[in-house]
Amino acid sequence: MKQTLATSKRGNILHVLSVQQSAISAKLIEMGLYVGQEVEILFRAPFGDPIAVNVGGYVLSLRLNEAALIEVA
Amino acid sequence: MNVNKIALVGNPNTGKTSLFNALTGLNQQVGNFPGVTVDKKVGKLKLSNRTIEIIDLPGTYSIYPRSKDEEVVYDILSNPQHPDFPDAVCVVVDSSNLERNLLLFTQIYSLAIPSVLVLNMSDIAFRKGKKILIEKISEQFPEATIIETNARIKSGVKQLVDTLDTKIKSRNSQAKALIAKENVLEQQQDTEQKFQEINELVKNCVLQETNLKPRRKVTRLDKLFVHPIWGYSIFLVVLLALFQLIFTLASFPMDLIDSLFGSLSSYLYGVLPTGMFTELVANGIVPGIGGVIIFVPQIVLLFFFIGILEETGYMSRVVFIMDRIMRPFGLNGKSVVPLLSSAACAIPGVMASRTISNWKERLITILVAPLMSCSARIPVYTLLISLVIPNRLVFGFLNLQGLTFFGLYALGIISALLVSVVLRMFVKTNEESVLLLELPDLKSPRWKNVGITVFDKARLFLIGAGKIIVAISIVLWALGTFGPTERTNTAIQHVEKPTSKDEVELAAYEKQVNAVKFENSYIGILGKTIEPVIKPLGYDWKIGISLITSFAAREVFVGSMATIYSVDADGEETRSLLEKMKQEKNAQGQPVYTLASGLSLMVFYVYAMQCMATFAVVKRETKSWKWPIVQLVYMGVLAYVSSWIIFQIFS
Repeated sequence: MKQTLATSKRGNILHVLSVQQSAISAKLIEMGLYVGQEVEILFRAPFGDPIAVNVGGYVLSLRLNEAALIEVA
Repeated sequence: MNVNKIALVGNPNTGKTSLFNALTGLNQQVGNFPGVTVDKKVGKLKLSNRTIEIIDLPGTYSIYPRSKDEEVVYDILSNPQHPDFPDAVCVVVDSSNLERNLLLFTQIYSLAIPSVLVLNMSDIAFRKGKKILIEKISEQFPEATIIETNARIKSGVKQLVDTLDTKIKSRNSQAKALIAKENVLEQQQDTEQKFQEINELVKNCVLQETNLKPRRKVTRLDKLFVHPIWGYSIFLVVLLALFQLIFTLASFPMDLIDSLFGSLSSYLYGVLPTGMFTELVANGIVPGIGGVIIFVPQIVLLFFFIGILEETGYMSRVVFIMDRIMRPFGLNGKSVVPLLSSAACAIPGVMASRTISNWKERLITILVAPLMSCSARIPVYTLLISLVIPNRLVFGFLNLQGLTFFGLYALGIISALLVSVVLRMFVKTNEESVLLLELPDLKSPRWKNVGITVFDKARLFLIGAGKIIVAISIVLWALGTFGPTERTNTAIQHVEKPTSKDEVELAAYEKQVNAVKFENSYIGILGKTIEPVIKPLGYDWKIGISLITSFAAREVFVGSMATIYSVDADGEETRSLLEKMKQEKNAQGQPVYTLASGLSLMVFYVYAMQCMATFAVVKRETKSWKWPIVQLVYMGVLAYVSSWIIFQIFS
């Protein structure tokens, strides 16, 4: 199964493999989530959603359904 | 080359606003871009031989717009014929995160507009062990001027001013046209391409010191703020402290303003010649302006505290932990700030909804914001509670009056959430709901930014709401002063004239005449006309009059009641108003203010949108008559039906 940012564990340093085409994919890429970018989940909100991700040196919070669009490895 | 108009662009959280404030100070004006609600902030900067204009464009991550407000940047920069098209652009970037920030710069650089690259927050980059080789960046962008600044301590600002003065490089290269706004796929490919180039560039231009002590990625404070228990507890304590502070600190200046305008009124009454003009000034205009100014202390304090919470980065943590809770209601984590502000006044609350990029979530937030009990309702609640709720303890420790007061606030909050759920089904959109929010590092606030925010909001309130409240106060004054002459005169003749020259008796007679005049004024007639409509809710025509006058601002209810019952409303006299209202009987000899009618009236004030200033602001923010009318109607129906049910249950 594909691993996405939504299913990955906190603390693992990963890289973006692909961004699934959707209405917000352009926005996600502009926020720095382009292929090859280093990402790491830093912490989660109380209900596990949204999550805070280190994207190449800054902290981005995104909802799980947004994170699910980002395939990582 | 000489430039006269500069645009400031940059990602959010790059210190762009700080820089704008550092360049222009209080020399700022807020206007509107045509067609969008986003504020157009323009400041003036004095240079050696001329004054130039600086426009602060909305923060954006890319020139390609992903929200309505971001479109402004695209529309202006893509069109040299645009009235706001600048002579040069300053792109402000966060030096500690050059990679993401340079995307916007490379996009703008390729437009061949004279550009300045401002490497802001240089101190943070330094602290993170980053050294930026400016000459190397310069090689990549030979036609741009590059300046390192730190708006916090103002370093580099002078150099930036010098550059703007005379040293802006003109462009020789050919402009590359932007991709069409709608062609998202091509934009996406272009962005990926640009990031690959930027990646290379950053590798060559930024030296990362490696033997630096590794920084903690997640700070202890962050862990605390997003903790399932501590996170919400801290937020709750912050909220309670905030409102406690606002109410305590604001009460003194509010009392002062109240008595100041009261004395001004009576002073004018004394010195100006008797006549209609004096009446208008002393009883219409002055109290109208006073009724606006009295809210300024609370608004200033609220935005002072919210400004601090935002400046420190704490507010984005609140959005982070509240998003999941707000989502089922059709709201967004970002709705927290507007709803919070509405607990002081819905006007700045509605304006604060601009940060929500999704139109549907923003609209729902705007539509439910006035359900939060604002400060203008407090005097009404206080009067009604002391009128019909007994002052005793329940369960041994809870004060029943305090409990009711809390209940009214809770009713507002719960209703706002429930109405959101309903509205969610009716408001349609094909926009995706997104959070995508940067969590900036927690830091100490920049007081100048907080100050300017407060100043801005107070100004917006005074100009936006103030005009309307004053105008409506004057109209209501006229309607309350004039009436069919014959009817009034006949009524006055029925008031018994005192036979003695006793001053107390004369004063009482005077007040009674005023009450009778008011009763027979146009507003009094209007109140009597609507009596059949409001009777099922347990109200008489006197309450009807006060409901109508409340449309200027809800707290006017108390003043109107005082006039009707011919007592003075202030201070000690509130007690006599209470006494008179308690003794009030209807035609059947039953008391008018019972538990049933009192509660019914309280609920009415929780729900009804009796605030024309909010109406006007909603019209401005939604750019249509439709939504404020929808809001007025749904809140009115909600108020009427709920009050009717409450009255039926309790009587």
